[in-house]
Amino acid sequence: MATRDCGQESAMSTPCIGEAGHTGDWRSVRPKFDETKCLAVKAGRPACFQCWAYCPEGVIKKEIGTEVDLDYCKGCGICAEVCPAGAITMVPENAEDAE
Amino acid sequence: MGTKKHHISIITGNDAAAEAVKLCGVQVVAAYPITPQSSVVEALSKYVEQGIMNAEFVTVESEHSALGVCIAASTVGARVFTATSANGLAYMCEQVHWAAGARLPIVMCCVNRAMAAPWSVLNDQQDSMTMRDAGWIQIFCRNNQEIHDTVIQAFKIAETVHVPVMVCYDGYILSHTVMPVELVSQEKVDAFLPKYVPHTILDPSHPRNLNPVTLADPRKDGSGTLCHGYMELRYLHQEALLNSPAAIVAADKEFGKLVGRNWGGMVWGYRNEDAEILLMAAGSLTMELSVAVDAMREEGIKVGVLGLRVYRPFPNKELVEAVRKAKLVAVFDKSLSYGNEGPICADLKSALYTSGVSPVVHGYITGLGGRDVKYRHLIEAAKKSIAALNNGNPVKETEWVNVQI
Amino acid sequence: MATKILDLPEEEYMLPGNRACAGCSLGIGFRHILKALGGNCIFTVPASCLTVLGGMYPTSSVKVPWMNVVFPSSAAAASGLVAGLKATGREDITVVAMAGDGGTADIGIQALSGAAERNTNFIYICYDNEAYMNTGTQRSGSTPIGARTTTTPAFGKQQQAKDVPKILEAHGIPYIATSCPSFPTDLYDKVKKAVGIKGTRYMHMCAPCPSGWQFPAKDTVEIGRMAVECGAVVLYEIEDGVFRLTSRSKKLAEQGELQPVREYVSVQGRFKGIEDETIEAMQSWINKRWTECIKRDAENR
Repeated sequence: MATRDCGQESAMSTPCIGEAGHTGDWRSVRPKFDETKCLAVKAGRPACFQCWAYCPEGVIKKEIGTEVDLDYCKGCGICAEVCPAGAITMVPENAEDAE
Repeated sequence: MGTKKHHISIITGNDAAAEAVKLCGVQVVAAYPITPQSSVVEALSKYVEQGIMNAEFVTVESEHSALGVCIAASTVGARVFTATSANGLAYMCEQVHWAAGARLPIVMCCVNRAMAAPWSVLNDQQDSMTMRDAGWIQIFCRNNQEIHDTVIQAFKIAETVHVPVMVCYDGYILSHTVMPVELVSQEKVDAFLPKYVPHTILDPSHPRNLNPVTLADPRKDGSGTLCHGYMELRYLHQEALLNSPAAIVAADKEFGKLVGRNWGGMVWGYRNEDAEILLMAAGSLTMELSVAVDAMREEGIKVGVLGLRVYRPFPNKELVEAVRKAKLVAVFDKSLSYGNEGPICADLKSALYTSGVSPVVHGYITGLGGRDVKYRHLIEAAKKSIAALNNGNPVKETEWVNVQI
Repeated sequence: MATKILDLPEEEYMLPGNRACAGCSLGIGFRHILKALGGNCIFTVPASCLTVLGGMYPTSSVKVPWMNVVFPSSAAAASGLVAGLKATGREDITVVAMAGDGGTADIGIQALSGAAERNTNFIYICYDNEAYMNTGTQRSGSTPIGARTTTTPAFGKQQQAKDVPKILEAHGIPYIATSCPSFPTDLYDKVKKAVGIKGTRYMHMCAPCPSGWQFPAKDTVEIGRMAVECGAVVLYEIEDGVFRLTSRSKKLAEQGELQPVREYVSVQGRFKGIEDETIEAMQSWINKRWTECIKRDAENR
């Protein structure tokens, strides 16, 4: 297949999510959020957000009752370690009862 | 009808180059001193400090950084210039490759000097020859006027073809010798050279990541368009080089119309219209050859000069035509591809191999490490080749001129 | 006023799904560096882990303009960007060179020293994972004494690490700061401050590396905290020659004591088999530096 249609004469990349592909495939554990323990959820307003701050991928949203982008979460487990309320646990990726 | 004013200055090759850089509105200069290039850089510093050249002058701490500064400044749209010689050029080697692969229109003067070891500050062409495979356009100048004119043409060529241009000229013989040079007027340079418009995009408004790791095979971008692998990018680079003679010749012609002189494009000749024997070289040696040719013509020998102006891209087609009627071409290389032969000689043979044109080609190694080449040495060499040819036993091995071993 | 985590801006300039290792501290640090820069910047990046994080042609994982450069030249490229942007009337764009410890302390030091001596108007950020991690963990001038790397496999590195911020201090530049992604708001504030200063600004960021230092990826932030707790990393800034401890290091100087370096060493596989003598040498070096830091900080308060 020919590549001239890309119109480039030197290597210039454009930004895109998933540059390395579906990095969610890398993980063997995934974060599970317990909203009953989350400080922001309990307070009903922005609070803590350490999981958002320390995620090396930026796949956790800065939101009350946050979500993780599982397409790209690499399962490093940092969020579970830094959460001061113990609201995040890392569960096996292939657990029968994974939500 | 006004009177023509000719600004003739008696100046060195280095000053001729510096004057050209000033005229071309170069915006960033970064260079590191090395004999015999230093006075180009000193002249440019003076122009900048005197306010007659509006450029950023970065006093870098090495040649590697000099070309690094130029690469970056060129990437964000500035017209840039640097100059070096010998070990300085070797030190910036990986950057020389980078500039070409990044397709940046950088112009660099290489003031030809011998490579160490052992140390020599004197002239030969080994330095620029060691960079011949990096993918730059390489042009050799025969005198200081050509240096001045070619630096101006180089910016136009580089910015048209998107390939960096190395303007080579012999250290000391040209760099430090004063000759009459008609400085081109600012109006003419402005008419000849448009403003530099970069093809690289480095702006926060549309972020791009330039020259990242590129895999062997083509790969799709975020929108699904199939983009080049490394090999395709290099194919485009080579394609640009092979197509560049059109731009090189056009620049020389257009310049010629504007200024009243041009330099022959890719190759040029002196008294070669009816020549059976051609004496070939690049750079100032062609001038010495011209003196030799005049002397030999006095004796009735049908000899002429074949001047190689552009070494890369190698002008295969033009050279085949130039030697079509010759019986013998004596090639005088001021460098050597160690372990093989003179690079110009080897490349000429390669050009002729599939052409059906086959004069005797006899290579000579001359002037290494500043060994003086007098026109009588050249006459001796040429006559030796001619005699051997006439005896039916043409010399095939490379010989060395005036080596005293 | 120190920024709090809650107040860190939300916009991300680093995109997920990049090639950094799981748990890479560079990922954490880089996110916050970019937030502090706010997008009006141009990066130059030499061969390093960051090059890989940036992506392979034709896809990029960063939303800032970025030029890759040869290994020794990030500070030279930055000098070229500064000159080129000035020449083309775009001086408002912040130029940032970001390199690893190899590209800073070793192969990159010539260009960095030259750029700093010229007081080039750019920010230089060294993310220090204490070895040539991108090529598989060979030792660098920044590798701590006793650490095993693939080029110091049996006995560990025999020499203390180079103190690169001190080398930059000798150049008399207007701003120097150390940081660690485990203290993201300290890092963020320092980058924000740097943006507002003219001249050469050098930032040294400790970057714990799970793969190279051999600890579980989940512990990246904790390892960085331990580094500061024991004084292996000291958080400070030097603004126009005035030295100031910051963040956790400041608290430790005021209220606490350094933890023994032994604990920090014991949780990293790269120090496995380290001799007591070496730990003592490390401790002694740390103590000496900490004493100096406390003294300098006290002088300026």
